[in-house]
Amino acid sequence: MISQLSWKIGGQQGEGVESTDRIFSTALNRLGYYLYGYRHFSSRIKGGHTNNKIRISTSPIRAISDDLDILVAFDQETIDLNAKELREGGVIVADAKFSPTVPEGVSARLFAVPITAIAEELGTSLMKNMVASGASWALLGLPLEVFNKAVEEEFGRKGPAIVEKNVEAVRRGAEFVLEQAGGPLEEFKLEPADGVQKLFMIGNEAIGLGAIAGGCRLMSAYPITPASEIMEYLIKKLPKFGGTVVQTEDEIAAATMAIGANYAGVRTMTASAGPGLSLMMEAIGLSGMTETPLVIVDTQRGGPSTGLPTKQEQSDINALIYGTHGEIPKLVVAPSTIEECFYDMVEAFNVAEEYQIPVIVATDLQLSLGKQSCDVLDYDSVRINRGKLVEGELPPLEEHRMFKRYELTENGVSPRVLPGMKNGIHHVTGVEHDQEGRPSESAVNRAKMMDKRLNKIKNLRVTNAVKVHAEQKDADVLIVAMGSTGGTIEEARTRLTKDGVKTAHVTVRQMFPFPSELLEPHLKSAKQIMVLENNATGQLANLIKQNLGYHDKIKNVLKYDGTPFLPSEVYKACKELI
Amino acid sequence: MATFKEFRNNVKPNWCPGCGDFSVQAAIQRAAANVGLEPEQLAVISGIGCSGRISGYINAYGLHGIHGRALPIAQGVKLANRELTVIASGGDGDGFAIGMGHTVHAIRRNLDVTYIVMDNQIYGLTKGQTSPRSAEGFKTKSTPEGSIEHTLSPLEIAMSAGATFVAQSFSSDLKQLTTLIEEGIKHKGFSLINVFSPCVTFNKVNTYDWFKENIVNLEQFPDYDSSNRIAAMNKIMETHGMLTGLIYQDKSRKSYEDLAVGFKEQGLAKQKLELSREQFDKLLAEFK
Ligand SMILES: Cc1ncc(C[n+]2csc(CCOP(=O)(O)OP(=O)(O)O)c2C)c(N)n1
Ligand code: SF4
Repeated sequence: MISQLSWKIGGQQGEGVESTDRIFSTALNRLGYYLYGYRHFSSRIKGGHTNNKIRISTSPIRAISDDLDILVAFDQETIDLNAKELREGGVIVADAKFSPTVPEGVSARLFAVPITAIAEELGTSLMKNMVASGASWALLGLPLEVFNKAVEEEFGRKGPAIVEKNVEAVRRGAEFVLEQAGGPLEEFKLEPADGVQKLFMIGNEAIGLGAIAGGCRLMSAYPITPASEIMEYLIKKLPKFGGTVVQTEDEIAAATMAIGANYAGVRTMTASAGPGLSLMMEAIGLSGMTETPLVIVDTQRGGPSTGLPTKQEQSDINALIYGTHGEIPKLVVAPSTIEECFYDMVEAFNVAEEYQIPVIVATDLQLSLGKQSCDVLDYDSVRINRGKLVEGELPPLEEHRMFKRYELTENGVSPRVLPGMKNGIHHVTGVEHDQEGRPSESAVNRAKMMDKRLNKIKNLRVTNAVKVHAEQKDADVLIVAMGSTGGTIEEARTRLTKDGVKTAHVTVRQMFPFPSELLEPHLKSAKQIMVLENNATGQLANLIKQNLGYHDKIKNVLKYDGTPFLPSEVYKACKELI
Repeated sequence: MATFKEFRNNVKPNWCPGCGDFSVQAAIQRAAANVGLEPEQLAVISGIGCSGRISGYINAYGLHGIHGRALPIAQGVKLANRELTVIASGGDGDGFAIGMGHTVHAIRRNLDVTYIVMDNQIYGLTKGQTSPRSAEGFKTKSTPEGSIEHTLSPLEIAMSAGATFVAQSFSSDLKQLTTLIEEGIKHKGFSLINVFSPCVTFNKVNTYDWFKENIVNLEQFPDYDSSNRIAAMNKIMETHGMLTGLIYQDKSRKSYEDLAVGFKEQGLAKQKLELSREQFDKLLAEFK
């Protein structure tokens, strides 16, 4: 029996690849397996090759696999493009309709199942995804009842007749392939899972959940890949908590509306990807200058310009740190796991109010869209802290005086009142201003206010600003990365350890202000440092060099072809280094 | 109850003597008092330009934002706390050039915000360039040979975007302007009040006298029906947009706040932020 396996389904976009993947993984989740998904898709809605890959395991996993065990193909293109990924003895389940062939040099077993024919017999070719998934499920020897339950949930809304037809499609697919194979394939028999259902979601959903738990009640946003799911989730949920989502006319409106709403007291967020972030830069400056809380999620994708909108990249870091003109305080944090997507959002809303700054939460496409098992999210660790928000009554103001909204305090953070409050009137402006918010060009005031704002974040460190996966004083190499790459590195490390290579591994989660003092000890003791990132210019490595040096020790490994790192690539890079 | 004096602060406007914006400021202060507001119940959100400074000259909550974005900020404020009276304001460049996209969509969205544009047909703060409101042939620093682009009609655009309240006034007519702002505040939905507010320094064509000669007051037409959309559009076109008064009001359409599903009567800013354990578990259960 095996403890993990990789399954992939591919076809033309719009052909049911998504829904098959959804039902297949829901059923696996029911059995208690840990799952990690990877979507390969293009910007087209219909047509164009698309595939979804799921890694199935009896223990937690956070990376895609190098190879593939089972490929379900709706067309020959899927086989041609993906068969080389199959491991020795892998299996292809394909539609007999297109007379599938195994490419030369690939040693895979092919099961040609009359997928379309069976579906059509049952009434509609739409059901071919059910036939295909039934066939591959049966090959794994997994219990059909569990699968049927998932089918029921997917189609329940459409009535019992439809459910029945789909269940029948699954049964026929299973029956056909089992006969051809002579029963379930022994070599793919998975060890039973713990039977405990995990949370199973994409990063964007974890972000939406974190936002709601963190007190967000308003979102203003403009659709963009790969951020839209955050908005779509919140549109469904926020009205249940008295909140709402506004789809704005553009990202400038999204960000400025969020500023207006935060100013007036509602925890408000927006979310976008590179192109939208570019449009928000002036607004981010306004938030920084007026000390108005703001939370923005940037789901990084391939840039520049429209770039690779559906592909993985980590190339917005520079823009997020330096993008706004002038100098403002802000926080840029990059979650690296699905759980962190949740917790970081809660923290983002707290930091935005406690420090009265813009907070940018930067994910990457794989983290935002990869569907995966998620640890229990802890209700008790959710705390809401609104910082120096003034509640209760204020004493009357002296004549012609306003509330000192920008009072110079020791840590730079001033008391904040919300519009509507008696005796709290003050002015807010993006023009340099005095303690009451009145425009001021005084040189003395200017210097004081710049220091006030910028000093606020000097000691700002988020939870696990530098996350230590593995510490080894005598390690041959320290691996440093960010975002979704951590899981892949851990997987490579397991192999490296087997080979006797000692590695240490940290993830930088806080990009700005840079947590130098937390990273430094690791760099100092490292023999060699390998910085892995999904961009072409080494933005993380440059941040490290700029803040801490270590130019001679740092080796940058870059991947910017639109795909995430594979464990084998990390393994190889490490081996080459030592 | 607050008087208009309580809406004054001691900040001295940096506008040129004679600038039309002074009257707009006075009209907002009077209208706010007349409708019974206390200063803390009003939020004035403004853009960038000479006119944009207005939020700093009124004793109320105020936010002076970035060029062209007064409207989205104002809508955010209103969404957050619908108990506040929210006025957005700025110049014709702010609202009809860089911010035009927001203007049209704020009109469509119909949130309860009163938008007052100080329309001087020129860019004041940047010292005299052409605006989308400049007449064809108008010579400015950026159009030394005269503007060759068509003059934008904000009133026609507002009508076609589905506005529920469209009015126009003139800085010299403080009484009418005050009344229209009061009506705009009371209107449940988005209200656009375009105000001819002369720039005495950079616009030597569209002067106070010029406006007096060229505008018609809708009071001259006793039969005019401001609830008739077609009549409103006709009147705007007949007068080439040189009319003042309440041009159109649709009292039947609900505001965005009233249409949004689940949106609370009490300001969002006053809602509880914490989830109960039960609510939290219910959210998680959907991911199993
Ligand atoms: C993004 C941006 N672009 C340009 C400017 C410069 N700017 C400031 S105000 C203004 C136009 C002012 O004209 P208008 O909005 O009609 O207001 P007025 O000064 O006439 O009241 C411009 C172009 C700016 N502040 N921000
Ligand atoms: S430049 Fe024109 S718009 Fe600006 S303050 Fe002077 S008169 Fe008013």
